[in-house]
Amino acid sequence: MSDVKKFCYLNRKAPYGTVYAWESLEVVLIGAAFDQDCSLVFADDGVYQLMKGSDTTGLGIKNFSPTYSALGDYDIKKIYVEKESLEERGLSLDDLQHLVWEDEDEDYAEKDSIMVVTKDELAQILEEQDVVLSF
Amino acid sequence: MKFAIQVNEGPYTHEASVSALNFVKAALEAGHEIFRVFFYHDGVNNGTRYTSPPQDDINIANTWSALAKEHNMDLVVCVAAAQRRGIVDQGEQERNGKDGNNIADGFRISGLGQLIEAGIEADRTVVFGD
Repeated sequence: MSDVKKFCYLNRKAPYGTVYAWESLEVVLIGAAFDQDCSLVFADDGVYQLMKGSDTTGLGIKNFSPTYSALGDYDIKKIYVEKESLEERGLSLDDLQHLVWEDEDEDYAEKDSIMVVTKDELAQILEEQDVVLSF
Repeated sequence: MKFAIQVNEGPYTHEASVSALNFVKAALEAGHEIFRVFFYHDGVNNGTRYTSPPQDDINIANTWSALAKEHNMDLVVCVAAAQRRGIVDQGEQERNGKDGNNIADGFRISGLGQLIEAGIEADRTVVFGD
């Protein structure tokens, strides 16, 4: 296998209305086993994927929202959320799930995974990636 | 250059599959290599041999099959996405007790790891989708 690459999973669609969010998450969980430098991006309607308190009872389909809180266990430490996308939808960081990862080097201290970044910062982050898988 | 291609949409409803086909043809003509084409989401529907569009329309699945044969290209359909949507090969037919299979020539069913591996091995990964 080649050197470690920077893999970014770009999520731009709301969950549940279409399958993209869930099947993207499946790729992320499988991809974690490949020990690449992974990050997730949520922009446009994709920011809705991280909302707190999703309840799919009325829809009759599987609620996969709790799976996002397991990302830290898969060594996903970088989750970028676009600031403008949140603001355009009247959302703030408080509306999103509190996602953390445990830092082995600091006695497993919990650290925030979500970083809110501007459109310009996000453009720079995407520029630095080797592979961008968009969903 | 070595390309990995991801196709996220099925044939006909979306242009994504035909765009991917055109890209792959152009890349091969220009002397590039296609490491793998990975079909995901409804993109797995490109891998059925049972499509029969009108004669004056392109047969997208057959075009993928012909291209794969001509260039010895690896066409991979995601197993999890395929199981949800009823794209079945001999192995899946036997494992899941189905009464037939429908995978088109040149396609094979495998796991999501094949997509990640393609991203690692290729110089560029290009995603065709919505």
